[in-house]
Amino acid sequence: MGHTLAEKVWRSHVVRQAEGEPDLLYIDLHLVHEVTSPQAFEGLKVAGRTVRRPDLTLATEDHNTPTTPGPVLDVISRTQLEALTANCAEFGIVHHRRGRLGQGIVHVIGPELGLTQPGMTIVCGDSHTSTHGAFGALALGIGTSEVEHVLATQTLPLKPFKTMAINITGELAAGASAKDIILAVINRIGTGGGQGYVLEYRGEAIRALSMEGRMTICNMSIEAGARAGMIAPDETTFDYVKGRAHAPTGEDWDAAVAAWRELRTDDDAVFDEEITIDVSTLAPYVTWGTNPGQSVTLDDVVPDPAVLGDDDARGNAERALEYMDLTPGTRMRDIGVDAVFLGSCTNGRIEDLRLAADVLRGRRIADNLRMLVVPGSQAVLEQAEAEGLDEVFTAAGAEWRLAGCSMCLGMNPDQLAPHERCASTSNRNFEGRQGARSRTHLVSPAVAAATAVTGHLASPSDLSPLPDRTPVEV
Amino acid sequence: MDPFTTHTGVGVPLRRSNVDTDQIIPAHFLKRVSRTGFEDGLFARWREDPSFILNQEAYAAGSVLVTGPDFGTGSSREHAVWALQQYGFRVVISSRFGDIFRGNSGKGGLLTAQVAQPDVELILKYLENSPGATITVDLPGRTVTAGDIVAPFQVDDYVAWRLLNGLDDISLTLQHEDAITAYEASRPAYKPVVTAETGRRTPIQVSTKPAP
Ligand code: SF4
Repeated sequence: MGHTLAEKVWRSHVVRQAEGEPDLLYIDLHLVHEVTSPQAFEGLKVAGRTVRRPDLTLATEDHNTPTTPGPVLDVISRTQLEALTANCAEFGIVHHRRGRLGQGIVHVIGPELGLTQPGMTIVCGDSHTSTHGAFGALALGIGTSEVEHVLATQTLPLKPFKTMAINITGELAAGASAKDIILAVINRIGTGGGQGYVLEYRGEAIRALSMEGRMTICNMSIEAGARAGMIAPDETTFDYVKGRAHAPTGEDWDAAVAAWRELRTDDDAVFDEEITIDVSTLAPYVTWGTNPGQSVTLDDVVPDPAVLGDDDARGNAERALEYMDLTPGTRMRDIGVDAVFLGSCTNGRIEDLRLAADVLRGRRIADNLRMLVVPGSQAVLEQAEAEGLDEVFTAAGAEWRLAGCSMCLGMNPDQLAPHERCASTSNRNFEGRQGARSRTHLVSPAVAAATAVTGHLASPSDLSPLPDRTPVEV
Repeated sequence: MDPFTTHTGVGVPLRRSNVDTDQIIPAHFLKRVSRTGFEDGLFARWREDPSFILNQEAYAAGSVLVTGPDFGTGSSREHAVWALQQYGFRVVISSRFGDIFRGNSGKGGLLTAQVAQPDVELILKYLENSPGATITVDLPGRTVTAGDIVAPFQVDDYVAWRLLNGLDDISLTLQHEDAITAYEASRPAYKPVVTAETGRRTPIQVSTKPAP
């Protein structure tokens, strides 16, 4: 019997296997940021250990860096950032600091620097590490003691996983995006549906996506409870990696591509679970609740908890609607928002910014609405500025910020006020995620931009065409 | 990590079920960068109440926590284990533990002894009736002894073996240093190593999909 993509990557990284013990896997790349690393480094020092492979470790600051220029005022944030700087200096780890090319959200810079490559094992003390699976890497989020373990040994003992094929068929409907695909997947399998699984996204609609779109999808695998998400590498992947700072060159490149071509699930491999979603008529998805599975299409209404599944789902929905201050039957398009956040490791890449800028070009955001545009990395920021996107955003009335996680988790000053409602391109709509008692609707970049213009949830097709432009395609 | 064989210490009866990790250590303690000093965060909200069990003199030297079902559910924070250990606990006894908490405990060297609920109930009563009484937890024998009560407990075999030998995850892995070195020698040459290089302006590919 053949092997799945995930099994192939796993098998090529086994350092040691023993009956009754977890497999010990080698880790090709360890990404480190300021929040989950300080105790791991301290643990190393207390035990008199060192970092085994600083050359396979990369650090950056992202979670609580301010997105406005100037010093870090928050004491805790500053302490964490200073600790990371000191630890990297002590252990010889490359560290991309704020404002320098190379800095950004860990899951944006790995691919950008060409460090994320097919067939690798990648870990980071952050759950959205699954993003890197878009390249056919096995990428896992880990806890602080595991961070320490990888620092000390460059390996990780791992329990076996199950595999689930997610077949995305049909040609993606116009107006829908990768974000809508993954929101639909989570809606279908639920926030616990992926537990214990590595998800492999397959099918023509996935093949047609850019790397940015694939990253958006793999990024949110964790929101379905999965260990990781993966997509088999192909020409799109190789084209993306080629020529980047850490990409192989010359003979190494040829050897790498030859090996990468083998990284696909064998025809006779068997998945533990398989689901299929046809996206040829997919409409934009938006969440109405307080977990990423609580969503409907933009054309729909706020659901009535009474008709939802079992008691548990009903109770959750009732609590969620109360928190979100929504009434069943309300048209999603009638929900007004106070803020729009465009950014995060889900949708903070150049393609996302271009898409939103296309919608905003020549338009103004609604009065009394605040829009934050936060590039995922310094490189995205510089690229966007070179293309003049920053001017499009500021001309529309949005705020153009420095790279970081920003309002995705509100660890820095970018937070919503209590009861404020936000259309956000990030990945978590948990209670209080973007600020105490704040309310989050997860949306795609296109919906975020259109929502900013109208002041209520909307898609670009809802906007009246601009006089000097060809009408928006629907 | 110190080997764990048999431990005798003051039992603390915490008669609550569903104690999630946010109650074990509230979120604001997580912002620290140190690995020590978390004992003051343990059950911080409950300890504000002077009558809370840990504020009672008899339990000051407590090292075996006996509690209701579903201890350690909720967020995966490893600080919950650190807080318990740094406060002085070596063992937690419950009829059911949160999965991730139990995993984190095993790694950190805190023994989570799973005892049947009727036995937990007997032990709780015994401790409540004789404050400051000690409990003996025998890992090789898998028994808990409190006064006349002798109750069996369950623990994952692999975790038990590691606790008995005082092996934390890292020291265990470092026993296989040779295997790691051998694997490293076999890694393909094209695998990347991290340099400070960032590339100049990163060429970012254009979308394969027309903008809406
Ligand atoms: S952008 Fe949000 S989800 Fe992504 S790494 Fe930062 S905080 Fe986590």
